[in-house]
Amino acid sequence: MSARTKPQTPPIIIEQAGLSLGGRELWQGLNLTVAPGEFLAVLGPNGSGKTSLLRALLGLTELTAGSIQIFGGPPAAGRSRIGYIPQQKGFDPDLSIRGRDLVHFGLDGNRYGFSFHGRRTATRVNQAIEAVGAGAFADAPVGLLSGGEQQRLRVAQALLSEPDLLLCDEPLLSLDLSRQQAVSALIDARRRRAGTAVVFVTHDINPILPMVDRVLYLVGNRWAVGKPDAILTSEHLSELYNAAVDVMRLHGRILVVAAGESGPEEQGHHHQAGHKPGETA
Amino acid sequence: MGLGFYLNQAFALNALLAATLVAVSCGLIGPFVISRGMAFAVHGTSELAFTGAAAGLLIDGNPIAGALGGALVVAAVIGLLGVRERERDSSIGVILAFGLGLGVLLLSFYHGFASEATNILFGNIFGVSSGQLALLLVIGLSVIIVMAILYRPLLFASIDPEVALAKGVPVRRLGILFLLVLALTVTAAAQVVGTLLVLSLAITPAAAAQRLSARPVVVTMLSILFAIIASAGGLIASLAIAGGTVKPSVFITSISFLIYLLARLSGPIFREHRPD
Repeated sequence: MSARTKPQTPPIIIEQAGLSLGGRELWQGLNLTVAPGEFLAVLGPNGSGKTSLLRALLGLTELTAGSIQIFGGPPAAGRSRIGYIPQQKGFDPDLSIRGRDLVHFGLDGNRYGFSFHGRRTATRVNQAIEAVGAGAFADAPVGLLSGGEQQRLRVAQALLSEPDLLLCDEPLLSLDLSRQQAVSALIDARRRRAGTAVVFVTHDINPILPMVDRVLYLVGNRWAVGKPDAILTSEHLSELYNAAVDVMRLHGRILVVAAGESGPEEQGHHHQAGHKPGETA
Repeated sequence: MGLGFYLNQAFALNALLAATLVAVSCGLIGPFVISRGMAFAVHGTSELAFTGAAAGLLIDGNPIAGALGGALVVAAVIGLLGVRERERDSSIGVILAFGLGLGVLLLSFYHGFASEATNILFGNIFGVSSGQLALLLVIGLSVIIVMAILYRPLLFASIDPEVALAKGVPVRRLGILFLLVLALTVTAAAQVVGTLLVLSLAITPAAAAQRLSARPVVVTMLSILFAIIASAGGLIASLAIAGGTVKPSVFITSISFLIYLLARLSGPIFREHRPD
């Protein structure tokens, strides 16, 4: 079953959901329905529970309150229809596995028994690899590749599984600007073509700003959801952070900075990691 | 007496068949043992197969059944106690120390042939009876069938557990199942090289294979091939050179080690390194 045959079931329905980890409260009372083909960006400072939200959507973390439905069922039951790009984590250099094998898992990694792959399978795997520009290193041991190269293979793997829901945890990390654009364009193309809903955790919304339908902003145990223009305003974020925050727009890019007494400092590091505010202007 | 004479003897042919069977299952699980970081688990399981064998010997003179029982119990305990690698290793260390002591205690109550004890530790492939051979055959075939079924999801779970779990692969259950396969293989291997030397068939061939390729299927095939060469080759060498008076374990571990050295030296030539 795919979203194409059952477009009515929302991929995600979150109702009154709350999560606490190690006695610390993360988001509480979260209500959110994600529609097929919707592109949702999840923003927020480090430790605000962005990754935990993805894990909860996969049924890997239990909520402390409320409920989550994935395609109308419990999260764990939806896993075969979900593509997951985890946060970057290197592979052991000694692992006997090529990039190509890693991508191939997207197709049949969860299937038991042997199957003999025809040329068509090889072609699909190749296409997925070429789409992320990984052709040059797909046959090298995956542990010897750079973080960005591994990340592109993970994107290829997730897309190859033709998911109806794509959960991405900082998929653009360690990619240069042109690769960031290429990878986000691929993800965007998938959801436009196949109606795949996308939940995209990121610290920098700028590379994906043109594609984002809605933003979920998590701060402490509070949250806000809405169109980027509605959420990413000085007024709204100041309320959310409970501190004075300035949202500035420079040449189509969004900057979030603290407006403290000691002068403007970069508080929106979760938006601009690795960039000085001036650089992006 | 020459090698031709021995190869016409039933005991030698039985031994060769048993050694090959064991080599196939060891070679098959070896790459997973390495990618799952379970070398110490193999060691622990085989040491406790020794304890089980000592118990079996004491109770009804049947070390194999005892070894199998010991290995299965340990695999189950490891599976329940330690999920994460570090946790698992410390729990194995705890069980290992206790189990070995227990094994020595059990042996001190055993007043049969002293050679039985060294046979458990260093293997006694020439003493394999046809009943034991049948058991080895059953174990070997079960391991091959189970591994053929589990191969892909187990590989996925070993390489990338987080994504495998997200894709619905029962990572934990597969891990426990693999421990049971491991216990079966270790018991079988212990008959050939003895519990102390199991690592030379369950790890060394796979470690050598990994030096030569990054393709999982090729690594598995090479690992099986190397295990067979070491195992059968060691047996034949033992017969040809020492007339079977020196334990084949000595030759098996030496050949296994030699293959590893060669692979290590030639590895960079074969294994595709990316020009950076």
